[in-house]
Amino acid sequence: MNHTAERSLTTYLTGFVLAVILTAIPFALVWGGLLTGMAVYIVIAVAAILQVIVHLVFFLHIDLKSTPSENLFFLAFAAILICIMVGGSLWIMMDLHHRMT
Amino acid sequence: MTDTTVSGNVLEHEEKKSLNSREFGFWVYLMTDAIIFALLFATYVVLSKNSAAGPTSKDVFELSHTAGETALLLLSSLTFGIATIAMTAGQTLRVVQWLLVTLLLGLGFLAMELIEFHGMIAQGAGPQVSGFLSAFFTLIGTHGLHVAFGVIGICVMIGQVLVKGLSLPVRSRLFRLGLFWHFLDIVWIGIFSVVYLPGVM
Repeated sequence: MNHTAERSLTTYLTGFVLAVILTAIPFALVWGGLLTGMAVYIVIAVAAILQVIVHLVFFLHIDLKSTPSENLFFLAFAAILICIMVGGSLWIMMDLHHRMT
Repeated sequence: MTDTTVSGNVLEHEEKKSLNSREFGFWVYLMTDAIIFALLFATYVVLSKNSAAGPTSKDVFELSHTAGETALLLLSSLTFGIATIAMTAGQTLRVVQWLLVTLLLGLGFLAMELIEFHGMIAQGAGPQVSGFLSAFFTLIGTHGLHVAFGVIGICVMIGQVLVKGLSLPVRSRLFRLGLFWHFLDIVWIGIFSVVYLPGVM
């Protein structure tokens, strides 16, 4: 992690505005009931993933050049573990649920 | 260059190295904490439909309340960022001012969450009622507990900045607290996307 890295007000404000937009889209969709079914879940998921990336880049200042490689490595490791454990749990439980009914 | 400045430089170099390894350690902690939250999310998704003939997510969730909590937490991330900028510029008083604003926003978030919990328990939707509610209170409660520790951390850092000034260790601690605070906001994105928005649909 690098303190001296340039972090200006513009960076934080850009991140903030992007985060507000990416929050407003799914809330407006659900509130207004504009879309139904699978499409809403897809929009919510995409907006959430994009917003996590916005937070990592603009608030936590993760970037591929100045962030130490061991930190990036741990981030990628955690992301892979989360995918395996969450994806695996849901897969097994949904499958069981499907067989029970 | 005299001997004292040389040894001073060496000391400062060593201190920076030690602080860097602490920052790496803190990053490792945050990543493991992310895994804990991910598993609580998986538990919640599995149990979210098991309301055991009790109140369902549609009965207990209030989207406007969630929107308010989201706004408070997102704003507090921005104000912590502004405090970090003031720290880089060496403006002690502005750091304290923006940390105070962040503290108030964090307390506001906690108050809203406690009101929500209190309201749910009062209308018979406590954590003991169903699998859905147990998982809900565990996930949201764990996040709330983290925010409460973050709030305590902000109080401690306001004190340290005022008493010790913006010394190298204080800057490092404030930087780590900032990572923690922004991380909690990231977890909240997951909470409103996985728990509240699908819950009211």
